[in-house]
Amino acid sequence: MSDLHASLPARGLWDRLTALFWRRPGLLVGVLIAAPLLWLGVVYVGSLIALLVQSFYSIDEFSGVVQREFTLKTYAELLRPANADIILRTVTMAAAVTVASAILAFPIAYYAARFAKGRWKAAFYLGIMLPLWSSYLVKVYAWKMILSKEGIISWAANGIGAGAVLDALLALPGIGGNSLSTSYIGTFLVFVYVWLPYMILPMQASLERVPQSMLEASADLGAGGLRTLWSVILPLALPGVIAGSIFTFSLTLGDYIIPQIIGNSANFIGMAVYQLQGTAGNIPLAAAFAVVPIVIMLVYLGIARKLGAFDAL
Amino acid sequence: MDDVSLTIAEGEFFAMLGPSGSGKTTCLRLISGFEKPTSGVVRIFGEDMGAVPPNQRQVNTVFQDYALFPHMNVRDNVSYGPMVRGVDRRTRLAEAERLLALVHLDGFGDRKPAQLSGGQRQRVALARALINRPRVLLLDEPLGALDLKLREAMQDELKKLQRELGITFVFVTHDQGEALSMADRVAVFSQGRIAQVGPAAEIYARPANRFVADFVGSSNILPPLMAAAFGAPGAWASLRPEALRIVPAEGARIRGRVTGARYLGAGTRLAVAVSGHSGKEEAEIAVLVPAAQMVPSEGAMVGIDWDTGAVHPMEPA
Repeated sequence: MSDLHASLPARGLWDRLTALFWRRPGLLVGVLIAAPLLWLGVVYVGSLIALLVQSFYSIDEFSGVVQREFTLKTYAELLRPANADIILRTVTMAAAVTVASAILAFPIAYYAARFAKGRWKAAFYLGIMLPLWSSYLVKVYAWKMILSKEGIISWAANGIGAGAVLDALLALPGIGGNSLSTSYIGTFLVFVYVWLPYMILPMQASLERVPQSMLEASADLGAGGLRTLWSVILPLALPGVIAGSIFTFSLTLGDYIIPQIIGNSANFIGMAVYQLQGTAGNIPLAAAFAVVPIVIMLVYLGIARKLGAFDAL
Repeated sequence: MDDVSLTIAEGEFFAMLGPSGSGKTTCLRLISGFEKPTSGVVRIFGEDMGAVPPNQRQVNTVFQDYALFPHMNVRDNVSYGPMVRGVDRRTRLAEAERLLALVHLDGFGDRKPAQLSGGQRQRVALARALINRPRVLLLDEPLGALDLKLREAMQDELKKLQRELGITFVFVTHDQGEALSMADRVAVFSQGRIAQVGPAAEIYARPANRFVADFVGSSNILPPLMAAAFGAPGAWASLRPEALRIVPAEGARIRGRVTGARYLGAGTRLAVAVSGHSGKEEAEIAVLVPAAQMVPSEGAMVGIDWDTGAVHPMEPA
């Protein structure tokens, strides 16, 4: 009887490692996340902290040398009318792009989540992802041509006799311009086009998680389609809408290429950062500008949380 | 579903019983309006429901997964119906409190569904469906997710509630015990058709065919030759295990050998291998021995006795 064992003999290093990990589960988790944690901690958060620190430095206006002393002077500069304008312009654009994306994305995401099956579902994913596979610059330049004065939109508008409508649109004070490609309307259209997939995908994922029985329960209790949409579907899809809006909002806040190529050359935060750290050599002010979107996003998430956007998670 | 014709009386507690995929849930969804019949009509209180969408029927449903809205608290869930109808907030919240009291959930109004147990969620679903004062309440496997003790308590409670409110309850279940103990009448579904409709006691005592006998309870199903040995020649027959008695083998009408025993608490279910008149046609007959009586050991020769009236002839299919 003495040669009966409850366990198999160890077959080498792997067996001993397996046994060690089984005895101390924390060790395995530690080994697995060590490298990503190092990356996240040092490279990612580290550079963010470096950025934050830079924003509290200032620049000597005569010599152009960065003074490594803590001061709020640089942040005060953000409030100068020219800089405050940039911030306001960027935030307004980001908000408009986000709202438009949400309105456009919802029916598409709803169809994909509730009705598309098999082949149609594949077509949906392909249709959403395909634009993401081609270069961002190519798409933006393509849009510049589409929106230009000689472009297909004005050609088509004139062709169907809607040229006056387009002219009236471009004559709008503030957002109008010479042509679509040199107006805020054009910048807005291209932003919406480029970021729309980032709104559709999380929205579709959250709509797919709303059980059919929930919609039936609402109808069973007397609710029509609109009431169900407002009281059941939207609240349950809200986490997805918030996730999508984080993408569209923050991507618009940080972009510096689209407003450079399309629009009236007015400065956006991203462009300001690009110019300040490059030609102007004003790293502290560039850093302070870069902190603005981070703060705005934190405030936005805080409000979303207060409103209960994550309650259904 | 095929060729289903069913009339449910007002104020009745009606059960639709059957295995999964037998069409009972489809039948329920036809009444609620979530499925449309490809042919035929659904009438509720004589009114053709062909063009009436679910939200305009005086019918409410307790869903199998309860389908409580997770983002609303219990009070808002229950008052959803009146909210949709545009009842002002104070009135509808008071009404919700009244219904929560009816299902013994007073004081739970502020909780979210996720903070409730399965049984409590079920009561909330019940209150939410009843607040619209439906003329028919549909219940889709209402007790399926509850444990045994709770299920029995809820059975009594549903029965009591139905009597108090006096409205028609139609419920779907695959649990024959549940159907028999709660319902006034039962429809047994099999493969999209109705195998038998009738009062619960009749379904149990006189199954119309082999399917019903097999599905409802645990009857002995006797093929014609064996039925002849039990005194009902010429047809298939059913015989309840509790209608049989173990007697001494000497002089018994039918004898057999005990091949197995399963202890059930309230009694012991014996399997007895018997042979018919011809001596061939071997069959296993289940006999329920009440707890107070001696249980013969496995392998013993025993006699079987029964009341002739207990052998019930039926359709083969």
